[in-house]
Amino acid sequence: MSTLYREKHSNALLAEPLAEESTPSTVITPSLIGFSNTLIVIPAYNEEKNIGRVLEGIRRCAPEIPVLVVNDGSRDATPRISREHGAKVISLPFNSGYGVALQTGFIFAVKNGYTTVVQMDADGQHDPRYIVDMLQEIQNENLDVVIGSRFLENNRYKTTFFKRAGMFIFGNLASLFCGQRVSDPTSGFQALKGKAIQFVAGEYYPPDYPDADFIIMLHRCGFKTREIPVTMHPSPDNKSMHTGHKTIYYVFKMFLSIIVTLLRQKPKG
Amino acid sequence: MPPRIRIIAILICIFLVAYVFELVRRKHLNEEYSLGWLVTGSLMLILSISEDLLIWVSDLVGATLFTSTLFFSGLVFLMIICLHFSIRISALTNQVRMLTQHLGILDYEKKTLESVVAQHSLEKNPAALEKL
Repeated sequence: MSTLYREKHSNALLAEPLAEESTPSTVITPSLIGFSNTLIVIPAYNEEKNIGRVLEGIRRCAPEIPVLVVNDGSRDATPRISREHGAKVISLPFNSGYGVALQTGFIFAVKNGYTTVVQMDADGQHDPRYIVDMLQEIQNENLDVVIGSRFLENNRYKTTFFKRAGMFIFGNLASLFCGQRVSDPTSGFQALKGKAIQFVAGEYYPPDYPDADFIIMLHRCGFKTREIPVTMHPSPDNKSMHTGHKTIYYVFKMFLSIIVTLLRQKPKG
Repeated sequence: MPPRIRIIAILICIFLVAYVFELVRRKHLNEEYSLGWLVTGSLMLILSISEDLLIWVSDLVGATLFTSTLFFSGLVFLMIICLHFSIRISALTNQVRMLTQHLGILDYEKKTLESVVAQHSLEKNPAALEKL
């Protein structure tokens, strides 16, 4: 179903220039009915070059779903461009990090009664064509969390050796403790439903780099998670959250977080 | 313990305790954070003054030099204070995070309400639109 759907709409590539006249909001809506209480959350920090394209892509693929951009203290035109593209914009007073911005979106979703949340990145890595796939999967299979994995079907996503090594180690650790395969623990392309949204908005969510530790935490709390294959584009600016000395901290933090997650009493989901 | 190092240690401890008191009096330091410094300064002062106590502690920890006992005690107290600060910083970081998030959401809600009110008042009073 998903593959067929993707082939059908293969022309709706995000990377394509989006001419105004060629953007009918009719491109995709196989079954967005039933997702009225859905919100797309995008944390953004200095993404003026990409955020417009990302929002255009979402408008074409999932026009009915409202989009919330959490501006994480950007110093550029990110909030203005987001508003111009019809997104709700929450601006944090200063740069607080990816996890904090993301969690802000989930707190907003809980406060406003959204029952399903799709989170994606602002740099254009995540292809909005998969939003519908993820929502259908989470609805039809009665799951709590659906994670878009770039390594599940094809393995063409290019990344550095250290990143790949990290993903391999932490992915295998998460797979071991979750009892199911976790191929892409760093994926920020996820759909969450019901109590999983409240869980992310709560105090147990790791506010710096939600990663393999978060997936293990979800599993320990009894949330049903599943990965689905998605295509991810390389980041246009080649930016990464984990560069330089942050890489060492990331590895240390992830090991420590996984250990304490396993030692900690199960949080109430 | 040589008298010179003893006198220096006593003077430093008296200065520390007096300075912390002064900081609290001037409201440059909260009572909560003064506690660790006052306890550290007082205990180090007692250790520096009372030779019997210093000998007893040295025997207890197995130190051959009394000055080592003094340094060791100071180090332990500083470690406790640093750990206390790390715990407080973590709590404050979490509080700042929550405040930041709720401030952002409240600001969004305020702006949304303002635009709704402005639109409503324009609908009720079209003359205001002409003024604009």
